[in-house]
Amino acid sequence: MTVEALTEYGFEAICMPDPDREITGVYIGDLLSWVMGRAKSGDAWLTIMSNINIVAVASLADTSCIILAEGVTLESDVIKTAEAKDINVFSFSGSCYDAAVLLSGLL
Amino acid sequence: MSEELKFHFIVDGDDFTSAGKASVQVKKNLRQLGLSPETIRRVSIAMYEGEINMVIHAGGGVADVTVTEDYIEILLSDKGPGIKDIDQAMQEGFSTASDNIRSLGFGAGMGLPNMKRYTDYMDIKSTVGVGTDITMRVNI
Ligand SMILES: Nc1ncnc2c1ncn2[C@@H]1O[C@H](COP(=O)(O)OP(=O)(O)O)[C@@H](O)[C@H]1O
Ligand SMILES: [Mg+2]
Repeated sequence: MTVEALTEYGFEAICMPDPDREITGVYIGDLLSWVMGRAKSGDAWLTIMSNINIVAVASLADTSCIILAEGVTLESDVIKTAEAKDINVFSFSGSCYDAAVLLSGLL
Repeated sequence: MSEELKFHFIVDGDDFTSAGKASVQVKKNLRQLGLSPETIRRVSIAMYEGEINMVIHAGGGVADVTVTEDYIEILLSDKGPGIKDIDQAMQEGFSTASDNIRSLGFGAGMGLPNMKRYTDYMDIKSTVGVGTDITMRVNI
């Protein structure tokens, strides 16, 4: 499915500069080196981390989007950076587990 | 590509919010050169881990990237405290990072292992009290 389709399932777009990007898998984690070491290109990255460094990590690991679970949001300067770096970011009110279960039925 | 291409970066030691700038720029440059996405991903992640290490552990440093016909080479050089036991530092999970750094999601002790994992060649030369030089190569 594309990143844009997430909005139909309770994922709220914080910024979506690349809506046509295909989601090919899921990775869950908050430790940035684990994400860079284990996430695959195209994965949706589920996390509760919201500091500016997640943008660079998502860009370098080439994930299809960041999904912030537990209703976590971003500060406006982080949103601006994500937008500029072409990184899709969503907020989800449930847990990482809830989001993963939902995505598992969609992918 | 008959000639070597070189990029030089100064990695600022006290700016956490812009850490990773050099790696993100290298990713851009390699994209323009038309290298494969997988090669770009390996190079830029390995370089990012090294760049972050220079910021967290060494107060900054310099990065030099060379692109040849056969490989991409990354040289990272700092005048930080050095690494006492390289074998120990290479182990997954070993980290001397502070709680403050960990709260940002760094300090998992996976940086050096990731650098090794994503490159075809890696060499660490480090002297306590003098600094650390790391060479990495990714074959094209
Ligand atoms: N450039 C460096 N200068 C000094 N020490 C370093 C440097 N890079 C790595 N280290 C040491 O090696 C350890 C392991 O590095 P790494 O695997 O990247 O894990 P982390 O950065 O998460 O601590 C660090 O905690 C630190 O003690
Ligand atoms: Mg590290």
